[in-house]
Amino acid sequence: MSLFADPRWGEALSHLADYLGNHVRVSLAALALGLVVSLPLAILTRNRPAPRAILLALASIVQTVPGLALLALFYPLLLLAASVTLAWFGVSFSAFGFLPAMLALALYSMLPVLRNGITGLNGIDPALIEAAKGVGMTPQQSLVMVELPLALPVMMAGIRTAAVWVIGTATLSTPIGQTSLGNYIFAGLQTQNWVFVLFGCFASALLALAVDQLLGLIESGLRRRSRLRTGLGAVGIAALVAATLVPSMGRSSQSYVVGAKTFAEQYVLSALLTDRLEAAGLSAAARSGLGSSVIFEALKAGDIDLYVDYSGTLWSNQLHRTDIKPRTELLAELKTTLAKENITLLGELGFENAYALVMPKKRAEALGIHSIADLAAHASMMSIAGDYEFFSRPEWAALQKAYGLSFRAQRQMQPDFMYAAVASGEVDVIAGYTSDGLIAKYDLVVLDDPRHAIPPYDAILLLAPKRASDERLQTALKPLLGKIDIATMREANLRASGNDANSSPDAVAKWLWEKVGKR
Amino acid sequence: MIGYTHVTKRFGPLKAVDDVSLDVAEGEFVAIVGGSGSGKSTLLRLANRLIEADGGSITVEGEDVRSVDPVAVRRRIGYVFQSGGLFPHLSVADNIGITPKLLGVAAADIAARVGELLDLVQLDGAAHHDRLPEALSGGQRQRVGVARALAAKPRIVLMDEPFGALDPLTRDALGDDYRSLHRKLGLTTVMITHDMTEAILLADRIAVMRGGKMLAQGTPAELSKSSDAYVLELLRTPRRQVERLNALLPQSGAA
Repeated sequence: MSLFADPRWGEALSHLADYLGNHVRVSLAALALGLVVSLPLAILTRNRPAPRAILLALASIVQTVPGLALLALFYPLLLLAASVTLAWFGVSFSAFGFLPAMLALALYSMLPVLRNGITGLNGIDPALIEAAKGVGMTPQQSLVMVELPLALPVMMAGIRTAAVWVIGTATLSTPIGQTSLGNYIFAGLQTQNWVFVLFGCFASALLALAVDQLLGLIESGLRRRSRLRTGLGAVGIAALVAATLVPSMGRSSQSYVVGAKTFAEQYVLSALLTDRLEAAGLSAAARSGLGSSVIFEALKAGDIDLYVDYSGTLWSNQLHRTDIKPRTELLAELKTTLAKENITLLGELGFENAYALVMPKKRAEALGIHSIADLAAHASMMSIAGDYEFFSRPEWAALQKAYGLSFRAQRQMQPDFMYAAVASGEVDVIAGYTSDGLIAKYDLVVLDDPRHAIPPYDAILLLAPKRASDERLQTALKPLLGKIDIATMREANLRASGNDANSSPDAVAKWLWEKVGKR
Repeated sequence: MIGYTHVTKRFGPLKAVDDVSLDVAEGEFVAIVGGSGSGKSTLLRLANRLIEADGGSITVEGEDVRSVDPVAVRRRIGYVFQSGGLFPHLSVADNIGITPKLLGVAAADIAARVGELLDLVQLDGAAHHDRLPEALSGGQRQRVGVARALAAKPRIVLMDEPFGALDPLTRDALGDDYRSLHRKLGLTTVMITHDMTEAILLADRIAVMRGGKMLAQGTPAELSKSSDAYVLELLRTPRRQVERLNALLPQSGAA
């Protein structure tokens, strides 16, 4: 099959209007805000060395924060601000998606704009500034008629750098709920869909290039005093914004938003939920790639309407419990606690996606390891790998405590690569997920947890407070409850991790429904 | 027209201008001569408040400069900067028309005035009107600088080493041309130069500065009676040069 005959290109293309539109809106809004703040600051501090140094230092510090972390930080920050405004003024706002993404990106855009603005303004020949004064210009006239035009090339270079940075970094705003071209990249990386990854990268690169060229056109227009060039550039940017507003106007506000976290199983399940709602005549859209802590808050705030979480995750992260209860008790207590926040725990899907210690079956047999208790004796000579959060989660602490585990080394890895790493012997044990299809593929074994250090992780369907009494929604979802067993989910996840046309979350969701729908 | 009375200006511990008094009468052409660091540029900048004096008083057309808006003073006084001071991003016409534009003169009137001025400074309007300063020769640039200084029809023109960076032929031509403009328009001119020959050839009166102090002022003839050794040495330089030239070159100038 030729590369471009792959139907996933078509699928990628079908999301383009939505992803690109959101990407353009959040990037350009952030850039505009960044300019509105930075340019006056650059102008005000151009003759004041001390505030200028402080400002540049602050902007540099912001720049050293990785883009993903900066974006993620703005979410709790705004959540806090929203609760404060709610308490004081009775009004709140959504801390999800657009706002945190725009603010973080605006902050990110400030350094190049500030630095080039200040450099440009300070680089002007002092004799020309004196000449401006000498011919009778006021300080404002000197700024507008002489200093800014002369600083323009350097300033515009900064603005163009900021534009390219912001458009690139905006791809990282997916986990805080801002749809962007990053949705392709996050989904593609998680489901091994390289078509999506490539598509997302190319699309954002092309967008950055296009905006950079349009800004370049405006710059050369301003410099050559050509209204045509300036106008063309401005019209180009305006057209870009206008074009992205068209599809969003047609979208219904009644639509249900299905959330998904950043791994393949979640992409498949959100596609399945979306399909079910549409089959019931409801309009639905998936909002994928949300951070694990963002997604629950987004549900609570009503920014998304439903998603699948796992009982043990909520037990430790939201209820902050460290004790472990049997499966049914834990679920019952979770349900009543969530109900106090008006969140509906509609029910379990039927499988568990728990953390589990996993190792190659042959090696486990050779060493006589069946359970984590057996593993403990060998651990001091072994290395373990986990995902980015595992080693800071309470489960890890509980495991270490219950079994006295102490490994020679521990490493963090992208979840998809862990399984291959343990299969190839690069690490000895991994903290995998029980529902992962790669366990079967690589002939791995899940070690028993006889002391129940790891809480149960039933996949459960959660509904936002505003959907608590939505009968149509609940009727549409109920056929899914209890239908998906662990073997089926593993197979679905394995399919989703393939790199072919049948491995897209949509395709796997359809396969999954065919398999479980008639049960 | 311009009166300095016991004017002092300090930059930190340095007295750039030290108790200087100088009166420039209407229609007069005064050259201030001195070496670098003599305070001559500072003295000029004090007149249109590019720099503020620390002591003494300065009057322009009878008004104390500190009692009027400095921006208004600067628009009323033409100023020719060293090597032009033209704005590199503006065309010749826009550079010349800048002060009238700041004063709110209508665009059509500015255009007409720019045409007049290009004629006045003997630049071909059609060829130079829309050029950027970088496309001009040094002499052409300085002609534009003079035109710009004259654009708002000032009665006073201040010139900061206007011809210093030009080649000798251009410099002579430009000096002579300016001298006749000065007379034709009835201007009052104060010019700074380090070159006594230029001062003698162009100015009615010469003021000599050194180390912030005014050593002497008067016509070349009056200066030659000065008792100050530095002033006399400055005055002797042009003559000595002429004598040396005469000795080296055939009298008729035939090469």
